[in-house]
Amino acid sequence: MKQFLTFVKKEFHHIFRDHRTMLILIGMPIVEIILFGFAITTEVKDSKVAILDPSHDVATRHIIDEINANKYFNVVGYVHNSHDIQRVFKKGEASMVVVFEDRFYETLLHTGKAQIQVIADATDPNTATTITYYVNRIISNYQQTLMEKNKAPYQITPNIKLLFNPEMKGAYNFVPGVLGMILMLICAMMTSIAIVREKETGTMEILLVSPIKPIMIILAKMVPYFVISCFNLATVLLLSVYVLGVPVAGSLTGLILVSLLFIVVSLSLGLLVSTLTNTQLAAMLVSGMVFLLPVILLSGMIFPIENMPMWMQRLSDIIPAKWYIQAVKALMIEGLGIMNILKEVGILSLMTLVFTGISLKKFNVRLD
Amino acid sequence: MENLQHNETITQPKKVIEVNQLVKRFGHFTAVDHLSFEVEKGEIFGFLGANGAGKTTAMRMLCGLSKPTEGKGKVAGFDIEHQSEQVKKNIGYMSQKFSLYNDLKVWENIRLFAGIYGMNDNDIKEKTALLLEQLHFEKERNVLVKSLPLGMKQKLAFSVAIFHTPEVVFLDEPTGGVDPTTRRQFWELIYEAAEKGITVFVTTHYMDEAEYCNRVSIMVDGRIEALDSPHNLKTAFEAQNMDEVFQQLARKATRKAD
Amino acid sequence: MIKYLIEKEFKQISRNPFLPRLIMFYPLVVLLIFPWAATYEIRNINLCVVDNDHTTYSQQLTEKTVSSGYFKLTAFEPTYQQAMQQIASKRANVILEIPPHFERDLINRQSANVLIASNAVNGTVGGLSSEYMADIVTDFSSQIRHEWVQAGKEPPAVPTIDVVSQNRFNPFLNYKLFMIPAMMALVLTIMTGFLPALNIVSEKEAGTMEQINVTPVPKFTFIFSKLLSYWLIGFFVISVSFLIAWIVYGFVPVGHLSTMYAYAGIYILTVSGMGLVISNYSDTMQQALFVIFFFMIVLILLSGLFTPVNSMPEWAQWIAAFNPLKYFIQVMRSIYMKGSGFVDLIPQFFALVGFAVFFNLWAVISYRKSN
Repeated sequence: MKQFLTFVKKEFHHIFRDHRTMLILIGMPIVEIILFGFAITTEVKDSKVAILDPSHDVATRHIIDEINANKYFNVVGYVHNSHDIQRVFKKGEASMVVVFEDRFYETLLHTGKAQIQVIADATDPNTATTITYYVNRIISNYQQTLMEKNKAPYQITPNIKLLFNPEMKGAYNFVPGVLGMILMLICAMMTSIAIVREKETGTMEILLVSPIKPIMIILAKMVPYFVISCFNLATVLLLSVYVLGVPVAGSLTGLILVSLLFIVVSLSLGLLVSTLTNTQLAAMLVSGMVFLLPVILLSGMIFPIENMPMWMQRLSDIIPAKWYIQAVKALMIEGLGIMNILKEVGILSLMTLVFTGISLKKFNVRLD
Repeated sequence: MENLQHNETITQPKKVIEVNQLVKRFGHFTAVDHLSFEVEKGEIFGFLGANGAGKTTAMRMLCGLSKPTEGKGKVAGFDIEHQSEQVKKNIGYMSQKFSLYNDLKVWENIRLFAGIYGMNDNDIKEKTALLLEQLHFEKERNVLVKSLPLGMKQKLAFSVAIFHTPEVVFLDEPTGGVDPTTRRQFWELIYEAAEKGITVFVTTHYMDEAEYCNRVSIMVDGRIEALDSPHNLKTAFEAQNMDEVFQQLARKATRKAD
Repeated sequence: MIKYLIEKEFKQISRNPFLPRLIMFYPLVVLLIFPWAATYEIRNINLCVVDNDHTTYSQQLTEKTVSSGYFKLTAFEPTYQQAMQQIASKRANVILEIPPHFERDLINRQSANVLIASNAVNGTVGGLSSEYMADIVTDFSSQIRHEWVQAGKEPPAVPTIDVVSQNRFNPFLNYKLFMIPAMMALVLTIMTGFLPALNIVSEKEAGTMEQINVTPVPKFTFIFSKLLSYWLIGFFVISVSFLIAWIVYGFVPVGHLSTMYAYAGIYILTVSGMGLVISNYSDTMQQALFVIFFFMIVLILLSGLFTPVNSMPEWAQWIAAFNPLKYFIQVMRSIYMKGSGFVDLIPQFFALVGFAVFFNLWAVISYRKSN
């Protein structure tokens, strides 16, 4: 035990000596929480709109003013023909052009029908759908004011209720994601590199011939990252509650327990990577490049898993972060209890067993 | 220390290394403390000292890898501080950490470094063949350097360091970790190089190797405490061998080895 | 001299047991898998209906939601509370509650309400699904109105504005078409950013850096020999990406391939230069990796790859203005989807050239042959 503590101390010393890495280990979660909490939002705001208005009458001016006053839009200017439209799109100067027909108001009054064309730059389908929907709503509101005396018959009003997150804050979705990403990267990446580094420099052999058990050496390497991860967990939770205003709606104990479990899963994944690779470069690239994108994309942190094709959803099942993020969402945002995340806990525990099992087997083979 | 600067040889040979009051400080720590000496063309100059005495730091300054804090130095006629790139054209270097490219083959390493010193393809080809023959490395031509035994690696590293026939070659503990036979062979290579007129500046731990040098300097705590031919040093210190000379001087050291 | 150095870089890369495979397969895997994941295309949203009315209209409305293709009816529940259970257990994401007397109110009072409740933990998805549902409901009411008008029971009383919407450049709102050019930029960034960042520092760790430093290799030549290899790797990666987009997804750029290559050429220089700068300042590979990782995450998040830059707060947009990836993604998407040409992308050109010059000068200056 005393030997073990000496090893742990050595590992801590090793990490703390490198100030730059330390700074990033501690600073990365903070920067990410701030970026995700305040900068990254999937909400569509301030879309640039150009107007083609040959009429310049009361009605068109009214609609244009309404569009400009809306927080989703920003009228950036006028265009004069279809050639212009193509140009502003190609330059990215506007994401939508609203085209009124000639003598709009007059036509509307006399024939009872007038046309508005809403052309969206649909390169980004999400933005295009959303802004088209908003413009439609602005126009239909205007229509309502026109027929005030004469309310439209057979109107069904949909009352929309956004559960758990009425303000549609991105942070509600990102905080669990950031937690998953950070813990995964720090634990898996750092441990795998730390172990492979000893292999590469040959010091592993020296450690292995020492009287201390190999498993203790590995554990000693993991302890510092476990501690740093716990620290990061605390930072992220405090920041999200007190700075981002994301509450912990459910069980805090459950949240902490499942996070500790996830840290263990990530550490064992790091161990697995270290047994499968022989050079630092390979370990880094595996954990850096191969983990980065799947964790961002397949964990449901930005893009919802339910929308993906079936094979993709099955593929995402093997990403530990997915289960963790799902559990955190349930506990933190949806306010559910531990009983609701038993499945996730079970899967994460199983993953730990599998990863450690394979690594220990590989490790022992190496020793023979 | 001034009195240590006299030369044995009376003729006026070309000075290849001239160092005058060279100092290197890292913060409050003075690694190299007012070093002055000269090395002549074709000489094998042994640079001795305990670990942490400042040998490597001094050598790195001479090679242009490190800028002096104070003092002047000239290598191959160029100022080490202001003309370090000129210096580099005229020296070879072999560090204590083996530093050829492990993932390149033997001939590829030779080709790379020869190319860097501006040789053309044809010259490189001819000289490579000649070199491999001299070293009896013909079979290893296409072997990755990584898989050579250490002794072979070091011989190769030395040959690469003098491939472009520099004025001086700096060797930082070149024979660390190899067996006596290989060490002897390595010193044969050094003698051959010196015969061709290449000055050899070598640091070493092995006191028997010090005996092979024309002149030896012994550094203690960043200063040169003795500089002369091995024979004269042994006489002056009334010692049987260089090891005794070294032990007498090293006892004065206050700085602990790192 | 440079010839020998370039030869060396290529031999080293090709001999690495890991790198050639990574260079081959990374773009392949990313472009084959991730476009399927990076999507807000919402289909088959699990819907739970609480029908308190049980009339022809309420059934018609339910049928209409299902036939829209956006929703999949997974449960009928008698009460809203029970429907909430479905949400908690993830069996449903949206609840449509039709109140009692829905049909009667609609016919007699000419107006009725429905409640749409959606799980908005992911705000975008929650928002979009309720918008879709609201659209269907509005549609349904016009349909009813139309039926009554047809039957001649109600005159067309009001002027109507006909809104015709058009989705230009991507008429079928294909999310993959939107993501793939950006994914190409991402793959390029990761490949030509990570590898140089680890390169110089790995030579430092191996000790070969010192050997190079005692040779008369000019700083610029040395840095250039490294840049050139990543430049060629970058071109390989982007060509593979174009091929995958074409063969697998059937996407061909609307604009000129040559324009894309030209911008990619400048962009690779920028990213590799940045990687080399990090490598120069790092002492160990681990440190270099962590620093580049940190910057990569910030670059990716503030690039507009996943979320629009326009929606960010002002300060974040200012940071994004210094993000080369943002410009390159704009370039890739514009050329690929809209057929923009050089003339349309002049601001991006100057931005990228500026970054390339800046980072590579910095890389040359920060590479110190002596200390």
